[in-house]
Amino acid sequence: MRNPLSDKIVTIPPSGIRKFFDIVSEMKDAISLGVGEPDFDTPWHIREEGIYSLEKGRTFYTSNAGLKELKVEICRYINRRQEVAYDPDHEVMVTVGGSEAIDLALRAMLNPGDEVLIPQPSYVSYVPCTILADGQPVIIELEEKDQFKLTAEKLREKLTPKSKILILPFPNNPTGAVMGKEDLEEIAKVIEEHDLFVISDEIYSELTYEQKHVSIVAIPGMKERTVLINGFSKSYAMTGWRLGYACAPAEILKQMLKIHQFAIMCAPTTSQYAAVSALRNGDGDVEMMRESYNQRRRYLMHAFREMGLECFEPYGAFYTFPSIKRFGMSSDEFATKLLQEEKVAVVPGTAFGDCGEGYLRISYAYSLENLKEALGRIQRFIQKLEQE
Amino acid sequence: MREKILAVIEKNSRIDIKDLAILLGESEIAVANEIAEMEKEHIICGYHTLINWDNTSDEKVVALIEVKVTPQRGMGFDKIAERIYQYSEVESVYLMSGAFDFTVFIEGRTMRQVAQFVAEKLSPMESVLSTATHFVLKKYKDHGTIISEPVQDERMLITP
Repeated sequence: MRNPLSDKIVTIPPSGIRKFFDIVSEMKDAISLGVGEPDFDTPWHIREEGIYSLEKGRTFYTSNAGLKELKVEICRYINRRQEVAYDPDHEVMVTVGGSEAIDLALRAMLNPGDEVLIPQPSYVSYVPCTILADGQPVIIELEEKDQFKLTAEKLREKLTPKSKILILPFPNNPTGAVMGKEDLEEIAKVIEEHDLFVISDEIYSELTYEQKHVSIVAIPGMKERTVLINGFSKSYAMTGWRLGYACAPAEILKQMLKIHQFAIMCAPTTSQYAAVSALRNGDGDVEMMRESYNQRRRYLMHAFREMGLECFEPYGAFYTFPSIKRFGMSSDEFATKLLQEEKVAVVPGTAFGDCGEGYLRISYAYSLENLKEALGRIQRFIQKLEQE
Repeated sequence: MREKILAVIEKNSRIDIKDLAILLGESEIAVANEIAEMEKEHIICGYHTLINWDNTSDEKVVALIEVKVTPQRGMGFDKIAERIYQYSEVESVYLMSGAFDFTVFIEGRTMRQVAQFVAEKLSPMESVLSTATHFVLKKYKDHGTIISEPVQDERMLITP
């Protein structure tokens, strides 16, 4: 029999998280600080809207780009937050999570050999999706000394004549780093100088703790060259509903929509109806969840300081990214040992890029009791290491 | 700071002051003082425990009673309420808008005991015009907490 597989896909390594997941799943009674999703249930009024849409028999396809009602709400929302106006008819589409939008944007914009600048540590899908779209990933290694922000200097270092797209993953998973207006303005200059396009993954935009999130599209001249990606998973605790969206110049969006139309058809109808209620009536829920994450963020940072685990202060998402460099172990070794000896699951920083070596991603989307128990175990683990 | 303290301790009154201070990013002393102030001002009126009696072997009967009254000259509703809430059987009393005046929650060991209270204590009160007693069959949610079933974390252990 011939080889049934595509060489391209076979050479892509599976997600580093996957490997760790397999180890964790076999361990009973492990406590996890390893999730990448909220610990809240979707607010009831949103769930109810989904249920109601089912009761009403709204079980058909929507148009490819999504429900008009929802697209209008998305535009209103962005206008409310960023004072940027999008045209719901030509510049917005609803996708199956933010992840689909990342894939679509790359596929719609890349020609073979085009380079995609990907800051790391960052979410696991940018590199493989670039490769699948025949692009060439170029990694920008972010550093703790810059608070894991992307600097103009770092961006410039990696530019070549083939550079086409810059991924902007802020607020960042896994580091919790955020980019302020001034930071973005510096980047915007380079983007214009070198005629780059931007895919801005802002899925954690509602979860910032010091200042309100600023989108790159709010910087003059950037909207025209940016695909803005966001979704409902993190802000409204709707991961399982699989619903995201992209806003982009009509020319780009039209091509993204073409792929979506053939590959997906439309995002789940039930989720779309529910999302309308999220945007219309969900601001209070977001506020409540943000405050709750922020409290736990403080708690975790405090505990790290007490146990002598170095960690830069994250101002976004719901992750901390402590350094374990002083223990002379790789992230993988540390995480594996921590799991085996104390039964606490965290994610090695290397799952988010090679430059995540020496770090762990620890999520605080857990109850205080859970955090306390897990932190107690981590402290014990560290004390043991220090005595060795 | 007050609202934030209250929002946390309303759900978890047993939280350490130390932990609470960390959560709110305030000093322990400031939080302790604020709580003491609120106790003094009777904003915080107690630290009770939410118990699901259905899961114990204790038999308990709870009834909600709608009470209609005629406020008497110089007495108003507050005085009548006071006469009602002094009884130890009375769990809570609210003044209501609408078709009746007070909602009174009564707790007793048996239905008979509750009925007796209504018949012998509540109804004969001078200002009370009428009562309607409704027995609670099952408590699903109390103080914002779903008590009929435990909540479980159903998320996968590791996700990107």
